[in-house]
Parts: sequence; structure tokens; C-alpha cells
Amino acid sequence: MPTRTPLRIDADFHLPQASIDDLLPYLDEFWRGQVVDRELPSMPFRLTSYPPNSPLTKNPDFEGLDVSAALDKFGTDVAIASMLHGAVALHNPDMRAVLMSAVNDYVAKEWLDREPRLRGSIYVSGEDIAASVAEIERLAGDKRFVQVLLLAMQEIHHGNRQYWPIYEACEKHGLTLAVHAGGLYRLPPSVSGWPSYQFEDYVMQSMVFENILTALVGEGVFHKFPDLNVVLLESGFAWLPTIIWRNDKTWRGVRPEVPWLDRKPSEIMAGRVFLSLQPSDPPGPEELKQIIKHIGGTDMLLYSTDYPHRQFSGSDPLPAGLPEEALPDILSGNALKAYPRLAAEPALREAAAILEETT
Amino acid sequence: MNRPLFETDAATRLRIIDCDIHPSPKSPAALFPFMEKHWVEHLQTYGTHMRQALIGQLAYPRMTANGMRMDSKPEVGPPGSDLKMLREQHLDPLGIEVGNLIALSRGGMEERNPDLAAAMASACNDWQIADWLEPEPRLRGGIVVAQDNPESAVAEIEKHAGDKRFVQVIMSTRPNETLGTRKYWPIYRAAAEAGLPVGLHPVGYSNGKPSSGSGWPSFYFQEHYTFVPGAESLVTSLVIEGVLEAFPTLKIAIIEGGFSWAPALGWRMDRHFDTFHKEVPHLKRKPSEYMKDHFWWATQPMEEPKKPRDIIDVIEWIGWDRLMYSSDYPHWDYDDAYRIFRFPVEDEQRDAVLSGNASKLYGFQ
Repeated sequence: MPTRTPLRIDADFHLPQASIDDLLPYLDEFWRGQVVDRELPSMPFRLTSYPPNSPLTKNPDFEGLDVSAALDKFGTDVAIASMLHGAVALHNPDMRAVLMSAVNDYVAKEWLDREPRLRGSIYVSGEDIAASVAEIERLAGDKRFVQVLLLAMQEIHHGNRQYWPIYEACEKHGLTLAVHAGGLYRLPPSVSGWPSYQFEDYVMQSMVFENILTALVGEGVFHKFPDLNVVLLESGFAWLPTIIWRNDKTWRGVRPEVPWLDRKPSEIMAGRVFLSLQPSDPPGPEELKQIIKHIGGTDMLLYSTDYPHRQFSGSDPLPAGLPEEALPDILSGNALKAYPRLAAEPALREAAAILEETT
Repeated sequence: MNRPLFETDAATRLRIIDCDIHPSPKSPAALFPFMEKHWVEHLQTYGTHMRQALIGQLAYPRMTANGMRMDSKPEVGPPGSDLKMLREQHLDPLGIEVGNLIALSRGGMEERNPDLAAAMASACNDWQIADWLEPEPRLRGGIVVAQDNPESAVAEIEKHAGDKRFVQVIMSTRPNETLGTRKYWPIYRAAAEAGLPVGLHPVGYSNGKPSSGSGWPSFYFQEHYTFVPGAESLVTSLVIEGVLEAFPTLKIAIIEGGFSWAPALGWRMDRHFDTFHKEVPHLKRKPSEYMKDHFWWATQPMEEPKKPRDIIDVIEWIGWDRLMYSSDYPHWDYDDAYRIFRFPVEDEQRDAVLSGNASKLYGFQ
């Protein structure tokens, strides 16, 4: 795919949700019986975080735009796709694991086999570490899966040591750890409790990500797994200046407690943490430039459309105000750093190299 | 003229109002004289009933001196319990003209038993008068209320509203519900009618919910950061649930919650307002407009960007007329008024932050 226009890698792209009927062919006989007897096909399995008819989930501008048409529309070369299936919220660990495996197999067969521009996410539960590690091992041989996907709001935050076997498996296989907005609704999104409105809940997602990033840094994940990269999806990024300033300052006072932090947190995050560009919360180019100045550049930002969620109006997912010279990196260069598996694809490497020569 | 504050003539006395001083009882028994006998007996027998695992201690041990300045421990009692020491260490050397007390301990805000909570809040307020406001005219009180017993909270506000030494209402930032929910609206009505701002300050007691929306942190390094998203969530809740539409004269002070995130939060709420506005038809204006009209922000812990001038961008958004100096005495991350500006400020801007803005918000002359 050599091209003189910058390669476009969409870091956050969603596939339409498979129904339980769609997943039946991917279940064994026992689970097919269980699923049918317990009438799961009549249940929607939709996450409360993304009500199907809410304008958040279904951008009216994307009406009638299917997956391939959306990739065409935005000139996408590669889209890292996920299906935020509600099976993740089940409490029964066995049923949850087989349904999530079925989702992953369905994505591979029904999407990755058919649409070569798509790459996949190994969707796992944070509630059963052994099952999640087994799932990563089962699918790691399929190089079209480029990341392991966890939801933002589980029962325990992502820095906790209990998750480290998942991160170990990610690192071993060159898989990036992705955390996407949304959650299990087992914990309130804020220390002050449950909000009344979906609007509040959605706004609070970025606060959840602030705590997740502080946890990943503070608990030493980046120190323990030096080759693991983390991508935060649909997180927003305008909150980064505060977390950078505050963590660097707090670290000076509390470093004996977290001795593995041998550098400022901002230095630990550099090159290891990436965030999807949409939603871009700053209202205009000046505000966006200000945030980029406060963050210290655009190295952490990954182009994304968040299709079919509603994050921008019209047809341009790139917010005004991004520095022109940084666009190639935002569109794909940073993603090639964030995703070792993309960087290992000869065609993408070649396209990126050609781009390097022409810019 | 732009110049760093610390280069100003040392002989120049600045007017300083401190929006965050933490008084502490010498011991839990120090509040007993302000309680009915049966509550004293209750506390002596059963103790408090907080929704957290450890009695009278936080599950995130602080780094040094239980989170206090190492030099702030008096001979008797915990840091912040000795008026003489407060004067000698803080009020006198900094020339604090007025200091607002934020009484976080033993005020019952996170107590589960609703009647005990009300009794503790009431005792805390009477103790503030007797031990702090009477002997030290530079100090002002905050009416501590048991917000999860809203009737008692309203009564407590009404009881002290006429006492000009109380300048705000203090609610827990770890309430049972988010502070925007209607359960708490009678408290906002009472505060607005009394012309008192509501002061919101982070607290360490868990009250049964993790300090982060993604679960319990492991280290104090993380727990310390949770104050920021915690304060952000309160602002979000108060704005989106319509409190400020319902009480257009209500003023809110965010104390020790940070302020550098305010623009990003305002932008985020505005950005997604189109998507959700039909869900929240009670909002008549863009969310950021409520933020700009109703919120004041205390400085401590002052952000320290690598490029100190970056903080000016933030203050321009929230307004030089909305930022108020706070020290957090006697806590370890105390800020000295003479050292918070690591970037150039105009004299008027500096004066507004050190005293003018608090003076206007709280009605000090």
C-alpha cells in the first residue's frame, strides 16, 4: 500500500455487536445447550455505557455507513477494531469466558477474514485473570490481533498486581494493552457515588482514566514490563496536563513509597502511553494548541474516528489546531510505536518508510 | 509590571486570606462538652460507625507524620490542635489577616448513624466557636453539616447563619450520593438563602466507595491523586444535575481539589452537551457557563508545571477573580503564600488571589 498521503491508522473503531445467535456457531455443544435453554438469544447483551440508540453510540452523521464504507469515507488504511460486547459483565466466570472467546472468534472469522483493513482486539475480562491469560495464549498466534482490550471500569483498577499475568502475556506476544471507556457498573464512576444522568457518567469516564493512568504508573507496571505499551481509548486527553504536573510533584514528596519510580512520572509515561484523539474535548484550535503545549507535544496522540460513536460532526475526524508537521505521526507514526504488531507488518513498515522519505 | 512575587520588597506587607486551615480537637473527648450525655456515652461505648475498615485511621498511611508538617505537632494533641502554635507557625509569620477553618475530623460528615452524625456536626460547630473563633478573631468557621441527614443539615445552617463568624457550609466530598442529587438540594437552598457559599474539601474517609472510579488504589501516591478526579466529579455532578440552575445565587468553593483541570472539564462537558442535552433539559446554558459563574477555586496544592507560565493559561480561563490562596496548614503539602507564584503576575492579580477574591466571596471587609 505505498502511498504519498500519510498512512491512516484508526486506533478506535467499533464493530456492530454480534447477537448471541451470531455467536452460537462458536460455542461447543454444552454451551450451545446452556445458552439456548437459558434463553440468552432473547437478551440484548448491551452495555449500559453505550445505549444502542443514544446519539453517543450511534452518530447520526454515520447513518447508513457500514464498516467498509466508513473505512472508505475516512481513507483508513488500518483500523484497530473492537466489539464492546456485554458478555464481559456476566458474573458466571465460565459463561463469561466462553462468550468472550466466541466474540473474539466471531471477529476473526466474520470481520478480519473479510475486511483486510481491520485489525482485532483480544477482548478479555479483568475479573478472571487465568481465563484471560489463556485467551491471550489461545489467540496470540493470529497476528491480526494487535491489542488486548479491557474496559475502564472493572472492580479493581488496572495497576493492581493481580492483573500482571495479563500484562506479562501481552508483553510476551508484542500485544499492546488497550483500555476502553465503559464499564461493569459495579463501582460508581466517582468517589462521590453514582450519577443520575448518562451525561454525567460519560463526562466522568475521563476521570476514571486519570486514576487508571496514575495507577499504572504508581504501581510500577511500566517498570515491571519494559516492553509493554498502553493505549487509552475514548478517554479524552485534555486532562493530561494536570496528571503530568500533579504526579511529577507528588512523586517528589512520596517517592520512598514507590521506589520503582526511578524517574519523574512524566518521563515514565513518555513513549509508553498513547491516547486516542477522539473525543477531542478542547472547543477550538487555540484551546487544542494550549493543551498540546502543556502536554509537551503530540507524541501520545493516536488518530481515531471512534466509529460509530458520536465524537465529531461532519466528515473530518481531525480537530482543527493540530500542528501540520505532526500530522503524519498522529495519523500513523505514533500508532506504529504504540503497536509492535503493526510495526512488524512489512507493508505498513514500508509505507511508513516511504512516508519518512517524502516528508 | 510583571515580576515574580518573591522579588518584592520583604517589608511590603501583603494582605493574605487563607482559605484552608485544619483545626483538630486535642482528643475525641474535646468535643464531648458540646454533646448531649447520651451521645457521649454512645461514642464511649460503640464509637463511630464509618463505612471503612479501620477505626480512627486511614487505610493509606501518609508518608511522614501522618500527613502533617513534621514541625506542627504540639506537646499535647495532634497537629492543628494548638491555637498558640497555629498563631506562631502560620498566622503571625505570614501575616494572615483572615483564616478559614475547615474542620474535617470528628464532624460526623461520614458517620452512618444519622442522628449521631447530626450530633457530631453540631458539636463540631460549637467547638469551633468556643475553642477557635472566640479566642482568635482572625479565624472564621465553616458550618459542618451531616449532609446525609439533610433535615439536620438545614437546621444546623439555620442555627448558625446569623453568626457572621461562620462564612460557609462544609459538606463531605464522600457523601452517600453524588452531591448533585436532589437529596441534598434542601441544603443548597438553605445555604443560598443564608448567603453562604458551600465549601468542598476532599476527605480521606472512604465512605464505602473506592476513591477512584476504577477501584481502590494501592499506594498513597495514587490516593493523593484521587483528590483531583474526586473534585472533578463533584463539579460535574453539581453542574449536570442542575443544582446551579435551581439555585442561581449558590456559590461553591473547591478547596484542595486543584484547579488546573477546570478548563478541560468545562470543555469536556460542553463538547458532549450536544449529544446529551435532550437527556438533561433542565440545563438552560452550556455547562462551562455554570462553572464560570458559580465556582471559586483554592490554590493549594499549587500546580508546578515544568514551564511555570503554563499555569497562567489555566487561570485566564477560570478567571483571576476566582482563585484564592490556601495553605492547608498543618498538612505536609502546605503552601506558603509567598512562594506559590513561580510565574510572573501583576500586582493586582497577586492581590486578588492572596486576599481580594476570598474577601469578595466570603464578604470580608
